[in-house]
Amino acid sequence: MKVSLTRRYRFAASHRLHTPRLSESENQRVYGKCSNPYGHGHNYSVEVTVSGPIDPATGMIANLAQLDPYVETRILEAFDQKYLNEQVPEFAPEKSLVPTTENLCRVIFQRLKGFPLAHLDRVRIEETSNNSFEIEESLDAAA
Amino acid sequence: MIRITRKVEFSAAHFYHNPNFSPEENLRLFGKCNNPHGHGHNYTLEVTIAGEPDPTTGMVLDLKELKEILQTEVIDRMDHRHLNYEVPELAGQIPTCENIAALIWKLLLPRITRGQLDRVRLYESPDLFVDCTASNSNHNGARA
Repeated sequence: MKVSLTRRYRFAASHRLHTPRLSESENQRVYGKCSNPYGHGHNYSVEVTVSGPIDPATGMIANLAQLDPYVETRILEAFDQKYLNEQVPEFAPEKSLVPTTENLCRVIFQRLKGFPLAHLDRVRIEETSNNSFEIEESLDAAA
Repeated sequence: MIRITRKVEFSAAHFYHNPNFSPEENLRLFGKCNNPHGHGHNYTLEVTIAGEPDPTTGMVLDLKELKEILQTEVIDRMDHRHLNYEVPELAGQIPTCENIAALIWKLLLPRITRGQLDRVRLYESPDLFVDCTASNSNHNGARA
């Protein structure tokens, strides 16, 4: 039996899907209204899944008193109420990384994978209640 | 292979305390969950069974049968109970979501005789859940 723990966090941020690799008309064709030059926003919900042995002394895989601040400083403080294209270094214009939620999964996974107290298995993001994206270490070469 | 999932809910009280640690250490480790008067949650349990549908009934496992198993093994044992005092199988353990989910997995495993127990997911709140899966499961993370 394998045991994992999943914690959900929330942040709100704006983004614009647009790449200089494509022409304006191509951007419009690919991204549609998501390419509106002024950007738009979402209430993101992020599920962070960690696994590992249950510590018999605490009954826990990872103490939330340690996981929560780890996510708070690396994700929520960096992303909440921000414009992802301009204010998150991974999406800076010179990086040419479009802040789709696919790419956001990879960025968040990279920011959290150093969590020292348990193994990071998965990051799942709901961009809206209808759209979700997830990255699992074993299934993604970039994880 | 098909997966089927049944959801049940139960409400229970618990608190976290390790008698091997000082009161200060307990408070540091467990915070407000260390309150000796306890507190409670509405737990949501999702149990997933995987298997081939029976050619005659079209079912992996009759969900009615699974419902009865969950009633006997989980609801009768834990609903409206204090997990620290009233569930003998948790004696000597901190009744965290991890330990409760692992206990439920162990209780259900011998009771599932058609299909295979694939996943036990226990929500302590909408923002916190634990998954137990078979070690050889194709669930690498927490999700089907």
